[in-house]
Amino acid sequence: MSHVLIKYSVYLAVFLLIVLIYQLMRIYQLSSELKGKNIGIADDKDNNRQGVGMVLFMLGFFAFLIWLIIRFKHDLLPPAVSDVGKTSDNLFMLNWVIIFVVFFITTAILFYFGYKYRRNENNKTAYFYPHNDKLELIWTVVPSIALAVIIIYGLSLWGKMTSKPGPDALKLQIYAKQFDFTIRYAGKDNKLGPTNYKLIDDASNPLGMYKDSAACWDDVVVRGEMHLPVNREVYIQCNARDVMHGMYLPHFRTQINCVPGMSTFMHFTPTETTAEMRKQLNDSTFDYILICNRVCGAGHYNMFLKVVVDSPDEFNKWLGSKKPQFGDADKGTVNQTAMK
Amino acid sequence: METHAHEITHTAEHTEHHHHEHPKLSFIEKYVFSMDHKIISKQFLFTAMFMAFAAAIMSVLFRIQLAWPGHSSSVMHYFLGDRWAKGGILDPNMYLGLITIHGTIMVFFLLTGGLSGTFANLLIPLQVGARDMASPMMNMLSYWFFFISSLIMFISLFIETGPASAGWTIYPPLSVLPQAIPGSGLGMTLWLTSIALFVVSSLLGGLNYIVTVINLRTVGMKMTRLPLTIWALLITAVLGVLSFPVLFGAAILMIFDRTFGTSFYLSDIYIGGQALSQTGGSPILFEHLFWFLGHPEVYIVIMPAFGLMSEIISINARKPIFGYRAMIGSMLSIAFLAFIVWGHHMFVSGMNPFLGSVFVFTTLLIAIPSAVKAFNYITTLWKGSISFNPQLLFVVGAVSTFISGGLTGIILADSALDVAVHGTYFVVAHFHIVMGLSAVLAMFGGVYHWFPKMFGKLMNKKMGYWHFWLTFICAYGVFLPMHFLGLAGVPRRYYTNDAFAPWAKLQDINIIVTIFAIVGVLSQIIFFVNFFYSMFKGTKSDENPWRANTLEWTTPLVPEHGNWPGPLPVVHRWAYDYSKPGKEHDFVPQTVPMEEGELDEGEHS
Repeated sequence: MSHVLIKYSVYLAVFLLIVLIYQLMRIYQLSSELKGKNIGIADDKDNNRQGVGMVLFMLGFFAFLIWLIIRFKHDLLPPAVSDVGKTSDNLFMLNWVIIFVVFFITTAILFYFGYKYRRNENNKTAYFYPHNDKLELIWTVVPSIALAVIIIYGLSLWGKMTSKPGPDALKLQIYAKQFDFTIRYAGKDNKLGPTNYKLIDDASNPLGMYKDSAACWDDVVVRGEMHLPVNREVYIQCNARDVMHGMYLPHFRTQINCVPGMSTFMHFTPTETTAEMRKQLNDSTFDYILICNRVCGAGHYNMFLKVVVDSPDEFNKWLGSKKPQFGDADKGTVNQTAMK
Repeated sequence: METHAHEITHTAEHTEHHHHEHPKLSFIEKYVFSMDHKIISKQFLFTAMFMAFAAAIMSVLFRIQLAWPGHSSSVMHYFLGDRWAKGGILDPNMYLGLITIHGTIMVFFLLTGGLSGTFANLLIPLQVGARDMASPMMNMLSYWFFFISSLIMFISLFIETGPASAGWTIYPPLSVLPQAIPGSGLGMTLWLTSIALFVVSSLLGGLNYIVTVINLRTVGMKMTRLPLTIWALLITAVLGVLSFPVLFGAAILMIFDRTFGTSFYLSDIYIGGQALSQTGGSPILFEHLFWFLGHPEVYIVIMPAFGLMSEIISINARKPIFGYRAMIGSMLSIAFLAFIVWGHHMFVSGMNPFLGSVFVFTTLLIAIPSAVKAFNYITTLWKGSISFNPQLLFVVGAVSTFISGGLTGIILADSALDVAVHGTYFVVAHFHIVMGLSAVLAMFGGVYHWFPKMFGKLMNKKMGYWHFWLTFICAYGVFLPMHFLGLAGVPRRYYTNDAFAPWAKLQDINIIVTIFAIVGVLSQIIFFVNFFYSMFKGTKSDENPWRANTLEWTTPLVPEHGNWPGPLPVVHRWAYDYSKPGKEHDFVPQTVPMEEGELDEGEHS
C-alpha cells in the first residue's frame, strides 16, 4: 500500500515539476515579449548578476574545500609505515603544495575576471589582444620546470620501489582467488616451491604446489591474516587463480595486480608494528589491511585481509606455530597429476 | 575571379545540390534516413540525450546504494524490480552492471558519439563553407550504426543474466568467464557487439570529418583561418581513426576467447572447481590494446570540448581567442602525446617498471600544453566585455573543472604516487572532473550556443542560468568530496564503502555525494523542459544572435539541405576579429574582405 502511494506521489511530483517549469517559462516568455526584452540573450542586468554569481561561487567553492579538509583530514590514511611509503608521503606533500598554489591562484583569477570584465554600461568595449609570445613562453616554461622537479623526484622513488630486493628479504606469496587471499611463506630455505594450476585441489592443495619438490616441503600456507616482521624487507610474489585481483596495501603506499598466468612482485620494509601504530593513533582496534582493488565479481567489496606487523620475535613465534603444507608422508611421492 | 574558380572545382557537388532542390523528399527521407548533416547532427544529439539520461538514472541508483547500504529503497525497487532489487536492496551483481553501463554510455555514447557526432556534423560543413559532408551516405550510415549500437547496449540492461559487469574497461579474465560473474554471459556478448558497431560508426564518421575538413573548405578558408572548433574536431577525428580500430581488434580477440576457446587473454585459470585448458595468453595484452584506444579516447572526449570552449569564450568575451596558433599547437601536441601515454593506466598491472618510467615522463609532458590552454582561456577573458549568456557560464565552468581535475592528474601520472591511490575514489574524482565534467559542461554550452542554428529558436536564458548553477554546484558537490574517500584508501567499484571499520567514519561523504548527485540529476529536468519547450514554442532567433564571425551565421537561420541558397561564401579573414580597432562593429564576419594594410591575425599570431 505505502509502496504504491510512494510510487504515485513520485510520479505526481515529477509531473508537477515539469508543469511548473513549463508554466514559468511561458510566463517569462510572455512578459519579456510584452516588455520588448530578449528572452535568450543576456543583457547588462544578467551580466551584472551572473558576474557577481562567479565571485560568490568561487568563495563558496573555496569554503567547501576548506570545510572538507578540516572535517575529514583525521579520517584519511595515517602516515606511511614503509620505507618507500615515507618518501612517497614527502613527494605527495610537494605535489599538494604545487597543486594548491596553482589551483587557488588560477581559479580565483578565472572567476574574478568573469566578474571584473562583465559587459555593462561601463564596459562595452573589449581589448583586442590576439597574442603575446612572451607571455605564452612564460606559461610554457614555468610549468615545465615544476614538472621536471616532480618527474625526477618521482622516478627516483619509482626506481627504488621496483629495484631488485636485497638477498635477505623475507619471501612470501599472496595467492588471490574469488574472494579471499591465501599467504604462503617460503620457510627455512626462503624459496617458494613451484606450483601448477592443474594440481589445485581445494581441500588438500589449494595453491597447486608440487608435492615432490623439496622447495615446497617447508612452505607454510596461511589463511585469515598475514603477519610481517618489522624492519625487515619483504619480497612478495603475487598470483591469482581465477580472475585478476588487486593487491592494495594503502598503509604501505603500494599496490600491484595479481594476474592469472603470471607472477608479479613487490617489496618494501614495514617500519611500524601494529602495536606501535595503535598506540600512535590511540586506537586499540586499528589494523593494517590488504584489500582487493581490481573488480573481481560480486564479492569484490568484501575481499580483504588483516595485516599484522610484528616485532621479529613475535613474528618468528607466530610463524613457528604454523605447520608446513605437506607432512612427511607427502615428501618424495611423485605427483602423478603433474606428469600428465 | 575567386568565385569563378570555386564554381569550377565544385561542379560535381553542384549537380548533387541541384538534385536536392527538388522538394519531394518524403518524411522518412527527410527526417529518418536523412543525408543532411544538420538532421544527422540532431539525431546524434537526441540519441545521446536519451542514453545519457538513462546513465544518469543508473548513477543515482548506485549512489543511493553507496550512501545507505542495506536500506530498502522504493526507487531502487521501482527501477530494478524483484529480479535485481529484492526488497528494495540492490543486488551486488547489478551494482557492478550499473557502474559498467553507466561508464560505457557516458564515455562512448554521450561524450564520443554524442559530442563529436552532434557538433562535428553540425559545424564542420557549416563552418568550413561546404554544402554537406564529403560523403552524406557514409554520414547517414555512421548515425545508424550508432543507433543500432545504442539500442543493443540499452537492451543488454534487460536480459536475465544482467548487463556486462566487469567495469567499463572489461578486463579479462573476469569479462570472459561467465563462471566468475553472471554479467559476463550474454550481457558481455551484447556489450562487445554494441562496441564493435560503435567503432564502425565512429570510423565512418571520423573519415568523413577528416576528408570534409581537408577537401571541402570554401575559397579562402585556409587552415590558419579555420575556427578552433574545426581544428578540434579534425584532430579528434584523426585520433579516433587511429585508435578505435585497436579496440575493435581487442574486442574481436575477446569474442574468440569467449566463444572459440582461444587463449589470447587467458592462461592458467582454475575456476568453479575446474582447471581450464587455455594457457599462454595474457590479460596484460588486453590492457595494452584497450588503453591504446582508452587513453586517446579521453582526448577524443575533451578535444571537441576545447573547440567549443574556445569559440564560445571568444564570442562572448568579444575578444579574439588568445594565442590562436598556440591553441592549435597545444591541441596537436596533446593529440600526439595521447598515443604514447596509455601505460599510465597500467602502473600496477605488472608490466616492466622501466616502461612505467617512460610513461611517467610522457604523461607529465601533457601538463604543459594543457597549462597553455588553461592560461590562454583565462587571458581571453582578461579585459573582455563578457556577455553572460548561458553558454559562457557553462564554458567558464568547463575551464574551472579542467583546471581542478587536471591538477590532480599530476599525482596520478607519477607512478610512485599512483600506486598509493590507484583504483580508489581519488581516480574517480580526477577523471570525472577533468574529462567528464569539462566535456559535459562544454557540450551543454554548445547546445545553448548553436540551438538557434539547429531549431531557429533561442533557449530561455533564465532557465539556462538555473540549469547552470544547479548543475555546476552539484557537479563539484559530487566529485570534490570523492578525493577524500580516495585519500582514505577507499577503492572504487565496491558495493559498499563501509566494509572496513575506518571507512565507516567517512560515510558522511557518501551521503553528501549522493544528495548532490540526486539534485544534480533532477536539475537536468530544467534543461530538458527548456530544450523541448524552446524547440516548439521558443522565441524566434535572429540570423546571427551572438554576433559571431563564423560562416554558419551567414546562412538562412535554419538552412535547407545545401546550406547556402546561393553560391558558397568566400572567406577573407580568420574567425576571431572581435573588437578589432577601427571597425564599425565589434565583430567582423569571415566573409568581409580585408582592408588595405589590415593584418590577418590567423597568419601572424
